[in-house]
Amino acid sequence: MLKMTHLAKVYRTEVVETYALRDFNIDVKEGEFVAVTGPSGSGKTTFLTIAGLLETFTGGQYHLDGVEVSQLDDNARSRIRNEKIGFIFQAFNLIPDLNVFDNVEVPLRYRGMKAAERKQRIMDALERVGLASRAKHYPAELSGGQQQRVAIARALAGSPRLLLADEPTGNLDTQMARGVMELLEEIHREGATIVMVTHDPELAARAQRNVHVIDGQVVDLSEEPRFHAQPNVAHS
Amino acid sequence: MFGYYMELALRSLKRSRALTALMILAIALGIGACMTTLTVLHVLSGDPLPGRSATVFYPQLDPRDMTDYEPGTDLPDQITWVDGMNLLRSHRADRQALMVGGQVATQTTDEHTDPFFTQARYTTADFFPMFDTPFRYGQGWSSAEDDARSRVAVISSELNDRLFNGQDSTGRTVRADGNDLRVIGVLKHWRPVPHFFDLNMGNYSGSEDIYVPLGTARDLHLARMGGISCWGKGSGEESKMETAQCTWLQFWVQLDSPAKASAYLDFLTHYAQEQKAAGRFERPANVRMLDLMGWMNDQKVVPGDVRLQAWLALGFFAVCLINTIGLMLAKFMRRSGELSVRRALGASRGSVFMQLLMEAGMVGVVGGLAGLFLAWFGLWLVRLQPAMYAQLAHLDVPMLCLTIALAIGATLLAGVLPAWRACHVAPALQLKSQ
Repeated sequence: MLKMTHLAKVYRTEVVETYALRDFNIDVKEGEFVAVTGPSGSGKTTFLTIAGLLETFTGGQYHLDGVEVSQLDDNARSRIRNEKIGFIFQAFNLIPDLNVFDNVEVPLRYRGMKAAERKQRIMDALERVGLASRAKHYPAELSGGQQQRVAIARALAGSPRLLLADEPTGNLDTQMARGVMELLEEIHREGATIVMVTHDPELAARAQRNVHVIDGQVVDLSEEPRFHAQPNVAHS
Repeated sequence: MFGYYMELALRSLKRSRALTALMILAIALGIGACMTTLTVLHVLSGDPLPGRSATVFYPQLDPRDMTDYEPGTDLPDQITWVDGMNLLRSHRADRQALMVGGQVATQTTDEHTDPFFTQARYTTADFFPMFDTPFRYGQGWSSAEDDARSRVAVISSELNDRLFNGQDSTGRTVRADGNDLRVIGVLKHWRPVPHFFDLNMGNYSGSEDIYVPLGTARDLHLARMGGISCWGKGSGEESKMETAQCTWLQFWVQLDSPAKASAYLDFLTHYAQEQKAAGRFERPANVRMLDLMGWMNDQKVVPGDVRLQAWLALGFFAVCLINTIGLMLAKFMRRSGELSVRRALGASRGSVFMQLLMEAGMVGVVGGLAGLFLAWFGLWLVRLQPAMYAQLAHLDVPMLCLTIALAIGATLLAGVLPAWRACHVAPALQLKSQ
């Protein structure tokens, strides 16, 4: 489903090159629930934005659902994001002046779907996260947990092949976090492929498989942990 | 997607009302000022004979003596009776008309009606077809009637309304300075702007109400009006105008092709040389022939301050647009978080660009409508001014369309840079920073 091989992401300025990802390899099979863990600044979010085609990479290969994405133009990448990927963000990222219904509708609008089908999908998605009765509410009128459920409904409404979640419970209290996690597990049981970035070991433990990232590389935790005193910076 | 973009634009404009109002105000003020001055300029500098002005020419000669002669001095703006009649009778142009303005006391033959003064034009037969005057009833007179100095007249629709209640008055009699003239034609409303064929009567004066054959007017001693320039023994005494060394008539010709125009200029040069050889002209042969718009330009028909005002207003509009660009840039960049979410959910750069441009376009539409109102108000203020052209300052359909098009076009243009910048914000960076 998602396969990155020797992937690299370098941020360049006039005097310095910073490797956010280096020789990054990951292979997520269809239907898997993978947690990507690692300390802050390890490159987890960069991996997720590249996986979600929000950012380009510098080297290596990335196949998404069998398609090599490095040569795709903006329109093609946008179409893949719209049709195959669902995003769940730590900060929910709902649009404040759209109500719940309209927020969930956003990805469907860009797909050019007819109104009746959009409505059906939106209500199905809201039913699934238990918020159908809140369709006319605005984000500010909902709790953090409810907002994240709306964000999940938005991600699910388009029936994506891949769900990318970036610290989905990071802004929630324990009870709300548990509810959101149970929802993700339920979605996974129904067959969705989920890649979740988190630095919470407890949350990561609930995924099928953990991938640990340190200094922009996937490391095998069964080996002796490596410690990096120096930042991974190469001066050009 | 058009409907969706429009819906989003409306939401966005409503969300930041103050900023929206500022942008609309900036556009409206710019458009209002710009369209007020451009309308005045458009009215004053318009082509009074659309489609024909390039074939209508104003020949000029220099019949003056050597007093105060300096090479390169301007030619007289009018011609003498002798030259006018010579050129008229030569029939070298497709059409030609000799004319002068006047003023007559007008009434019907009904003794109970009081006479009133009307502007008159004494001219020759080709005046009507050459200037394409529209007739409601009847027609103009013929060259034969010019030669016969017939007692005929063409009147304006306004005079026809006043004297004959708008009925077909051809065949009836109108009395001019106590002389009975048979009405042979009634014009439809006709007021060329500027009053190009005789600028001596005022660049933007109204049209005449009664047209009389030139020879007839001279026979009847109808009162002449307009500029006169004499030299030598020329005195401007009315009874000797036909022989006086004075220029007081306007002469227009129609030449339907560039070849004919060139040939006529040669003829004019030849005529001036002949007149010099005969001793009538003293100065070296000097002729000129400008087409209608060239003549308007040469005579600086459009007041200089009107052009200056138009430039100033365009400058003001540019400042308003730059302000709008700044406001839009601030507005769009403030929404980069939302736009990044949209990008993450599948909006392409093009979609985001179109969405923002739609917003700019809506500001343009509302700003344009508000600007239209301001332009209307500005023109009302112009009409309160004592200038002769002031009363002409009205928005016509082309200027109305131009106002809306300019507002939308300029605002879209103003929106391009902010929209371009906003749609190129890296969504990943925005989403990470949240």
